[in-house]
Amino acid sequence: MQQTVVFSRRKFLKTGTGVLVGSLAFSLGSVSTPAVGDTWKLSLESLDSDTGKALLKVARHIFPHDTLDDAVYALVVKDLDGAAADAAVAGMLSDGVAQLNDDAGGNWLEASDEDQLKLLTARADGPMFGKVKGTAVVSLYNNEMAWEHFGYEGASFDKGGYINRGFQDLEWLPQPSESASPPKA
Amino acid sequence: MATIDLNDDSAVVVIGSGAGGGTLANELCQKGIKTVLLEAGSMESTESFVNDEWAAFGQLSWLDMRTTSGDWRVAKDFPNLPAWICKTVGGSTTHWAGASLRIQEHEFKALTTYGEIEGATLMDWPIGLSDLEPYYAKAEDKMGVTRTNGIPGLPGNNNFMAMYAGATKLGYENCHTGNMAINSRPRNGRTSCQQLGFCFQGCKMGAKWSTLYTEIPDADATGNLDLRAGAQVLQLQHGDDGKVNGVLYADKDGNQSLQKARVVCVAGNSIETPRLLLNSASSMYSDGMANSSGQVGKNYMRHMTGSVYAAFDKPVRMWRGTTMAGIITDESKHDTSRGFAGGYEMETLSLGLPFMAAFLDPGAWGRDFTRKMDEYQNMAGMWLVGEDMPQESNAITLHESEKDAFGMPVPNVEFSDHPNDIAMREHAFTQGSEVYMAAGAKEAYRVPPYPSTHNLGTCRMSEKAADGVCNKWGQTHDIANLFISDGSQFTTGAAENPTLTIVSLAIRQADQIAKLMTEKSI
Ligand SMILES: Cc1cc2nc3c(=O)[nH]c(=O)nc-3n(C[C@H](O)[C@H](O)[C@H](O)COP(=O)(O)OP(=O)(O)OC[C@H]3O[C@@H](n4cnc5c(N)ncnc54)[C@H](O)[C@@H]3O)c2cc1C
Ligand code: SF4
Repeated sequence: MQQTVVFSRRKFLKTGTGVLVGSLAFSLGSVSTPAVGDTWKLSLESLDSDTGKALLKVARHIFPHDTLDDAVYALVVKDLDGAAADAAVAGMLSDGVAQLNDDAGGNWLEASDEDQLKLLTARADGPMFGKVKGTAVVSLYNNEMAWEHFGYEGASFDKGGYINRGFQDLEWLPQPSESASPPKA
Repeated sequence: MATIDLNDDSAVVVIGSGAGGGTLANELCQKGIKTVLLEAGSMESTESFVNDEWAAFGQLSWLDMRTTSGDWRVAKDFPNLPAWICKTVGGSTTHWAGASLRIQEHEFKALTTYGEIEGATLMDWPIGLSDLEPYYAKAEDKMGVTRTNGIPGLPGNNNFMAMYAGATKLGYENCHTGNMAINSRPRNGRTSCQQLGFCFQGCKMGAKWSTLYTEIPDADATGNLDLRAGAQVLQLQHGDDGKVNGVLYADKDGNQSLQKARVVCVAGNSIETPRLLLNSASSMYSDGMANSSGQVGKNYMRHMTGSVYAAFDKPVRMWRGTTMAGIITDESKHDTSRGFAGGYEMETLSLGLPFMAAFLDPGAWGRDFTRKMDEYQNMAGMWLVGEDMPQESNAITLHESEKDAFGMPVPNVEFSDHPNDIAMREHAFTQGSEVYMAAGAKEAYRVPPYPSTHNLGTCRMSEKAADGVCNKWGQTHDIANLFISDGSQFTTGAAENPTLTIVSLAIRQADQIAKLMTEKSI
């Protein structure tokens, strides 16, 4: 089974082109980013596309960063889809989404954001919520797009470290004494 | 590399290649003693280290199942990860930050200094600062600790500047870039720190001391070392005379071998060391080896810990440069007017974005959590580390049913805070927050203890055989040729990060083992 979810980008990632598109494709493998246009696709192996869409929104409610692009949340769905290769996990996730839909009296995704959150919060003790949260706390923050968004610069070994790249560039705080913080060699 | 025959019973076998075992093996080899060093983990290098938090965690950490109990929050948030330590050649010295502090005189006499404290099994160490001073000096030289031996301190990074600004405003007098086993200048064939900021992921420069690329190659160069990586010891064996005579180990494919030994030294870190002794019960030693006192696995300590991260209104970028970049030592004194016994250190710490998400408030979700994460680049952070009370009920035991891949029972780690630990943490959280507010922070966050990085006391040293597992040399009271060579020996925890003391004890123990071997008493 291969399902494809098409998301429209509310806003393309900060730098717009090159780097982030590259890292998206690189770190996702199966997410393809069209060269032009404002949609991208997430191919799912085990989950159906409605479940995938709902899970993306669940992840957004659990870790809401309003200006963080859906593409980053899609990484969470991608990892959930990977875990769903185990049929028990797949069933648990789709049951969790079905439950939300029941709670919403139809389609949870069509409820208002506020109602979605209310219904989701009521199910916060359930296994689907726990799985999405546990996956998202790693997947959402462990990728280059998120690093760019939060301003984290990551590894510096290839660039010679931070020793000549701003490790002591705070100008708005007093300079420590030389005995407390000796000059670099 | 020497090849020591499995049936050669003239060698010393050291179990674990971290701070304790790696150092001890080198010291023995330097004295011409043939040494087999058995390490459960595999061999990495500065080239293979990865500067990525989760990837490095997967590469270096001890991830075999452990279970937890007790009222500490780690048992709820990380039920199978009570400790954040390593399984690799070099042990947790690949991961460590490098802070290298001497235990203070009064801390060796915890019972005398603090008096009896209800619920705490305090004792005085059978040694004092004067016994260890010469060895501290050797260890500092070996490890290249800054601000000793004429080695300049490291330059402070942005995270340090935030701490320093607040510390001076609050009137703290001792705030500097620390005593770090990180080269501020090239030394002993290793380069200096380039401020990569991934000290916890294995230093790719080799600027930070680790037995992986100091002690172990030095030992190898003597021709006396037989290092076997991927060799997990399952059991110690003994003869009719009650002495240890060999160790049973499994290679990574599960094939078992028995290595004969003249002397055995256990340095698996304070969870694995008692696990191994307990798993070596026999008809002669029905409660496990060296356990006539019943103290093996008991009095487990992990230091009082916690962290404070604070958000400023401008970027701090704490990840740039050394992970532990500075210290305030003013609170490490014993001063009961603060409402608790013992003291604590305040040390800068930074986590990358991935680990910040995992540790800021484990299990939390929603806007309050993400609001804090949104401040990530504006954060400064410090770790609080202080003396915790030894308690008999805090203990490592063998799990009744869960077993590891080799059929060895997994260890359970039981821990609950003592009221003294809670009072100290409260004080430390308050002071840590004050530091950052004084520096102009908008908000300070109290972050709960991480899985244990300092694991201590589970085979403690004691004057009398009834009170502990080993004597002042780390030699077990019960079995003359069996030694404890890691932080399990600690009688009490003291406020300081433990590794400098573990290394000093290992150097001292090597002298004693050599002496006893020469005398033929072991
Ligand atoms: C993130 C982090 C930061 C730290 N920062 C500091 C710091 O700044 N300052 C400080 O003083 N300390 C610090 N520490 C603590 C320091 O790493 C430990 O105190 C020290 O490494 C303990 O030495 P050890 O020899 O007892 O154990 P380890 O260094 O953990 O070595 C034990 C070794 O034994 C092996 N082993 C275990 N069981 C067996 C077995 N059955 N058979 C074979 N091998 C076995 C393990 O695989 C491991 O390699 C830090 C630790 C961590 C995790
Ligand atoms: S900051 Fe310095 S000590 Fe830490 S990993 Fe980088 S080079 Fe090594």
